[in-house]
Amino acid sequence: MQVRTELQPSAVTTSEPVIVVDRLTTGYHRQPVLEEISFAVPRGALVGVIGPNGGGKSTLFRAIIGLLKPWRGNVLIGGVPARPNPDMTYVPQTDMVDWAFPVTVWDVVMMGRYPQLGFLRRPGARDRELVEHALEQVRMQDYRHKPIGALSGGQRQRVFLARALAQEPSILLLDEPVSGVDAPTQHFIFELLEQLCSEGRTALVASHDLSCVAQRFSQVLLLNRRMIGFGSPERIFTQELLNRTFDSHLLLLRYGDRVIVVETPENGSHAP
Amino acid sequence: MLLDLLLEPLRYGFLLRGLVAAMLIGIICAVIGTYVVLKGFAFIGDALAHIAFTGIVVAFLAGVVFYLGALVAAIAAGLGIGLIQRRVGLSSDTAIGILFSGVFALGIVLMSLGIKTYTVDLFSYVFGDILSVRPSDLLVIAGLGGLVLLLIGLLYKEFLFVSFDPIVAEASGLPGGKLQLLLLTLLSVTVVVSVQAVGVVLVVAMLVTPSAAAYLLTDRFHRMMLLGAAFGALSALIGFYLSYYLNVPSGATIVLVASALFALVALLSPRRADLRLLVRG
Repeated sequence: MQVRTELQPSAVTTSEPVIVVDRLTTGYHRQPVLEEISFAVPRGALVGVIGPNGGGKSTLFRAIIGLLKPWRGNVLIGGVPARPNPDMTYVPQTDMVDWAFPVTVWDVVMMGRYPQLGFLRRPGARDRELVEHALEQVRMQDYRHKPIGALSGGQRQRVFLARALAQEPSILLLDEPVSGVDAPTQHFIFELLEQLCSEGRTALVASHDLSCVAQRFSQVLLLNRRMIGFGSPERIFTQELLNRTFDSHLLLLRYGDRVIVVETPENGSHAP
Repeated sequence: MLLDLLLEPLRYGFLLRGLVAAMLIGIICAVIGTYVVLKGFAFIGDALAHIAFTGIVVAFLAGVVFYLGALVAAIAAGLGIGLIQRRVGLSSDTAIGILFSGVFALGIVLMSLGIKTYTVDLFSYVFGDILSVRPSDLLVIAGLGGLVLLLIGLLYKEFLFVSFDPIVAEASGLPGGKLQLLLLTLLSVTVVVSVQAVGVVLVVAMLVTPSAAAYLLTDRFHRMMLLGAAFGALSALIGFYLSYYLNVPSGATIVLVASALFALVALLSPRRADLRLLVRG
């Protein structure tokens, strides 16, 4: 009897969505970027946010984090309006950062611990362990003493992912984490994300590159200023929906459980 | 013999006071200057010094302590600049340029209109004179400077995260906007306590030159800060003695020593190539 009452609450929380976006409209400088977006993400989901550059992927992430307020509609995280907090982390595109900064790989990953630590507290043994572990997870432990400016683009992406992991968030938002990363690295980053999600973390991954990531996600959001579709990849990756998302003609090939997308420029938007 | 040369000026109270003030200012400027160099705030530091001058003139005319006028003017300007940057983005140089040159011009006109008896006193703020530092000034420099150092020490990790990656710092729950405004306020306070000794036009040199030299010697943030502080204090020390024995203006001499130190480090540094990163940023 007692066991049953203890089990019940956890069963309730897992079935409730952690992220609810409800008729969201938002943008910058009175210019709407996203209009009427609605979807709900369950705990443990690995969601691909697919759309063209300028389609509003980063804007959606900023709204989910709470850096950008909704003009209309709601963004609810665990049932309350979105607000920046240490339980959620954002890995933006790396070109936003000043690489001349005198910090090492270790320093950058340790920054992930700062919001959790709070003011006036210095990192301790547990923080160093978490940084160590995060560096191992992204296979960057041998680079810990390197200045961040000396790394390649793909290595920087991994360091920023490690910083996100060190923060121990339950929600991760990753903006183009595999752009400019070689194929084996892409593969292990997705394995890592799959593992994190199986542990109950929720991850949203933005990408404009379809073919490499199509079959990795449990759910896919197609976004081009409006929501074109949301659901399982099998249901969402249709030629019609993809063409509406990218405003161009894509050829969709299915090969077993793999999806291959080929762009056909002669029929694209530049055609007369 | 050398010891006599070093100790001779220190027998006079006002010279010893000047030396202590100059070294304190060298340290405080270089510590805050670490952020100035890395964030490209040199122009803002320059603007704050010019605006502080007008605050000094107004305070003089109103008959209140000059620190009060300078602090109010510089902090208001610093917060204004911070808000402009957040609203408009980083291309706010033109707006800052219009504002600070206008306010500085106003200060000069007010000075010539309001002060009938020509006083060297106010001009000493334009070019700086460490020998005009009174005991009460030294107390203010130590007090406010100590406060700046204390806050930078206490908020070290927050300022580091927000300076390196403002978007992610804010996304993970740090109050990024407030921290940036606080940093600008600390910069304003630093500029105000430095103006008397080094002068309006040379404050920016104390903010950037020692820290930039330190940047060339290390790739760790805290070392850049400590090394910059050491360079700032050393420039003040050497500049003080040179200005005493050569009988040349102290503020300018201190800045020249800092420039010479920077040139030396730039020539010898293994990270000389990194200079490009700074110049470009």
